[in-house]
Amino acid sequence: MLEKNKLYTIWVYLQAEPLFWLTLTIGAFLVGDYLYKKSKLNPLVNPVAISILLVASILIATGISYERYFNGAKFIHFMLGPATVALAIPIYKQIHLIKKESTSIFISLIAGSLFAIFSTYFFAKLMKLDIEIIYSMMPRSVTAPIAMGISELIGGVPSLTAIITIITGIVGASFGTFALDILRVKDMTARGFAFGLASHGIGTARAMSRNETAGIFAALALGLSGVATSIIIPLLFKLINF
Amino acid sequence: MLKSIFIIFLFQLIGESIQKYFELTIPGPVIGLILLLISLIFTKNSKNIFIIKTKEEITTTSNFIISYLSLLFVPIGVGVVMHLSYLENNYIEVLGVIFFSTVLTIGFTALLMEAINNQFKKHARKK
Repeated sequence: MLEKNKLYTIWVYLQAEPLFWLTLTIGAFLVGDYLYKKSKLNPLVNPVAISILLVASILIATGISYERYFNGAKFIHFMLGPATVALAIPIYKQIHLIKKESTSIFISLIAGSLFAIFSTYFFAKLMKLDIEIIYSMMPRSVTAPIAMGISELIGGVPSLTAIITIITGIVGASFGTFALDILRVKDMTARGFAFGLASHGIGTARAMSRNETAGIFAALALGLSGVATSIIIPLLFKLINF
Repeated sequence: MLKSIFIIFLFQLIGESIQKYFELTIPGPVIGLILLLISLIFTKNSKNIFIIKTKEEITTTSNFIISYLSLLFVPIGVGVVMHLSYLENNYIEVLGVIFFSTVLTIGFTALLMEAINNQFKKHARKK
């Protein structure tokens, strides 16, 4: 009984400290990454989804609140900002290829972003979702901080947008490869660009793990579509009465 | 290592400050990315040993961070699972919209871009 009490004291101490949650997050990710590599990069064995489910089930099992977990794991979350800045390096390395394809990049960027916004609106209307949810969904293909900002601007719910955006990333990373294989798209720049445009950072991470050129074009699309969408959506709302 | 981390953080810091000051909808880190890219292009032909060394260091550090890009989405992703109740009774509809729209957007964008690239290649060959 005494031993059990001691263990409990240690647990009470540990769960209040970031070290435990950081170790758990990295551990869960290593498991996810191991399974992803073991499956020969099968898109359905998404390492992000696996580690999220692992951590979430531990939180649910132990009754620890998400806020407490996040408070511990926020150092990992914090690195998202520097990682975004760091994407300048691969883009810089491929600048000649980007210059060469600048016309197709520009056209695909505008057409792809409009397609993402309008198809979301169309399907959401078809499903008869509330207008507040539709607004929260419209910017979902760009990276979470941009999407949340746009959502707030047009009358959506930013926290709902965050959830929808992350799910979009996982769906794109998990099913995008199948779609492109069925459509027989072989151009690596086009494959990568589509991933980054439609499923932001999580799609980009998937593209990076498969092919360097695809990864770079995904990173490029991630940045460009973020900028384009944050201009396009507010503009559309001025022009059209959704 | 430390120098490159300092530079990456500094660019993000400048980006965040610009975003706040001008109240832009583009996030600070993306502005930092653009500024770092401009600086890299600007110093492209620099023969200064210090600049060349620093650029090499930034490349190594960036590649390391980017190789673990997926990991960085885990903390916020756990929040998604824990807060799924925000979707109330619309789970299936919302997931359906996300699924169809995302897969179609990926297909559309990739096909379009490939078609334009092929058109250019044909054109270049004719010349």
